[in-house]
Amino acid sequence: MHMADALLSPAVGGTMWAASSSAIAYCSAKVRKELDERKVPLMGVLGAFLFAAQMINFSIPGTGSSGHLGGGLLLTILLGPHAAFLTIASVLIVQALFFADGGLLALGCNIFNLGFFPAFVAYPYIYKKIAGERPSQARITFAAVAAAVAGLLLGAFAVVLETVSSGITSLPFWTFVVLMQPIHLVIGIVEGFVTAAVVSFVYKARPEILQGPVETRPVAGHSLRNVLLAFLAAAVLTGGVVSWFASGDPDGLEWSIAKVTGKDELKGPGHGIHGMLTALQETIAFLPGYSFRKSAEAKSENPGAEGGANPGGGARKEEGGRLGTSISGIVGGLITLVIVFLAGFLLKRRSQAA
Amino acid sequence: MASIEGTILDFKRLDQLARGGTTLHRIDARAKVLVALVFILSVVSFDRYALTALFPFFLYPAVVLALGNLPADYFVKKVALFLPFALAVGMLNPLFDREVMVRLGPFDISGGWVSCASIVVRAILTISAALLLVGVTGFPEICRALERLGVPQTFAVQLLFLYRYIFVLTEEGARSSRARELRSFGGKGLGIGSYGSLVGHLLLRTWMRADRIHMSMLARGFTGEFHALQPSRFGGRELLYLLGWSALFIVLRLRNVSRLLGSLVTGAPP
Repeated sequence: MHMADALLSPAVGGTMWAASSSAIAYCSAKVRKELDERKVPLMGVLGAFLFAAQMINFSIPGTGSSGHLGGGLLLTILLGPHAAFLTIASVLIVQALFFADGGLLALGCNIFNLGFFPAFVAYPYIYKKIAGERPSQARITFAAVAAAVAGLLLGAFAVVLETVSSGITSLPFWTFVVLMQPIHLVIGIVEGFVTAAVVSFVYKARPEILQGPVETRPVAGHSLRNVLLAFLAAAVLTGGVVSWFASGDPDGLEWSIAKVTGKDELKGPGHGIHGMLTALQETIAFLPGYSFRKSAEAKSENPGAEGGANPGGGARKEEGGRLGTSISGIVGGLITLVIVFLAGFLLKRRSQAA
Repeated sequence: MASIEGTILDFKRLDQLARGGTTLHRIDARAKVLVALVFILSVVSFDRYALTALFPFFLYPAVVLALGNLPADYFVKKVALFLPFALAVGMLNPLFDREVMVRLGPFDISGGWVSCASIVVRAILTISAALLLVGVTGFPEICRALERLGVPQTFAVQLLFLYRYIFVLTEEGARSSRARELRSFGGKGLGIGSYGSLVGHLLLRTWMRADRIHMSMLARGFTGEFHALQPSRFGGRELLYLLGWSALFIVLRLRNVSRLLGSLVTGAPP
């Protein structure tokens, strides 16, 4: 369920980054306030434990396939929502950096999808309500399955929303939902049973570990509201700012840079790097028909065509103009790749010789 | 992943590469983290049909690989492992997006194929940026950079803890898992029942280990933060690194260098 950078737009990625980092700040402050100084090392070591546990597979009866633990819910049951959210975020950071599971820009999305839903929705509202104070084996199992399924389905739905609103894939919204939800229902059931197996083992062996977070923590309603408010504020703020910059023009970055510098970049030759490049281009390019601006205008005539699930004719019109230019684009692309390869190769030779 | 041991070895290799002594390794981690973020943002901000405009961005991974003296084959293999996933997602685009966009002689290429290729190129660029960041920086340094960039201390400290114990605990997990596999026959005993108690035991041992670690750290005067041996600073070199790359990425983002080069060579209007 890890999202990759390749399918994200900067607006969605940035918004989710803001949301997740404000949640991390909030949870860090919360954990700090608890004054349980054992907690920080415990969180780190349990995060490392999750890595180890995720590497161990179990066979799923009747299917011949095997699965492994996700662990978000398990960590929340052991540590309580705030500490667990931080630990899940750390695990995702290590996965993104070392295993390329989900990218750096997608981190915000992944932390939200895999951390927020189990820790702040599934655990307080489903697991705790069902399991109660003195849980039996059956109650633990039922609670864990219900909570894991809810957490994963919500997370999968968030993945669909984030991907579709990024507009890189052409997959229609409902097709994507139909693809994602049944798979995550099954994963959720398996995850629930595994979590229940581990939790009931720990409950039998060392019940005090599980009572820790249950008893010291006040009911999560209040804190959840704060977290939600923080999320909402951050999301609205960034979403608003980013989409205001990006609105009406699919090439948001280009547009916002022109806005930030206060000049239409093409109207100001001789101004900074852009100007230098434009001048350079005018001297070496023997191509009077070249107009970067034309395509930009074509785009802004059709706002939002890029973002829709169904790529409309707007983007097409501009692409139609590109048809004739494709040959030089492909040739140029190949040349670029060769140059890049040579540059890397030469640099490598030099640095090895040094 | 083939085996747990293989995964751990792979992980350790990346950790060790980060201990190289090139100039690139010595640059303050904050500059490298920020450059990687600017790179990824520039790459993903292209519209979905951008393809050749992305090619000049390969310059960054190539230069980092070379200057950091990193083994190219290792990173190429690691990135290649993830291409099937990118391709699986991208392959759906040609199904939904069939309008012809590019004509190459007798061949008509639909927009779906172009955007599929674009997804794959994006995946290669963003994945290699993340892996190379670790390869030239190292995880503990990245944590410290994050802390100095404003990430809460609680979070940064437990991230460092997590990293230190990954190696210990994954090895312990690998041993337990191998012991269980050796005792199973015909796939029996690998189900959820034994898994629950195996992972449960691992968890209890981990828990007690965390207690011991914390007590011995307290005995040695741990006050809640880690200290670096060589405090690095954000100097002129770092500023140059950050601004140089960022300027390049923005230029490459605004100008399709591939097409410019192509039109210079073929003489066709771009």
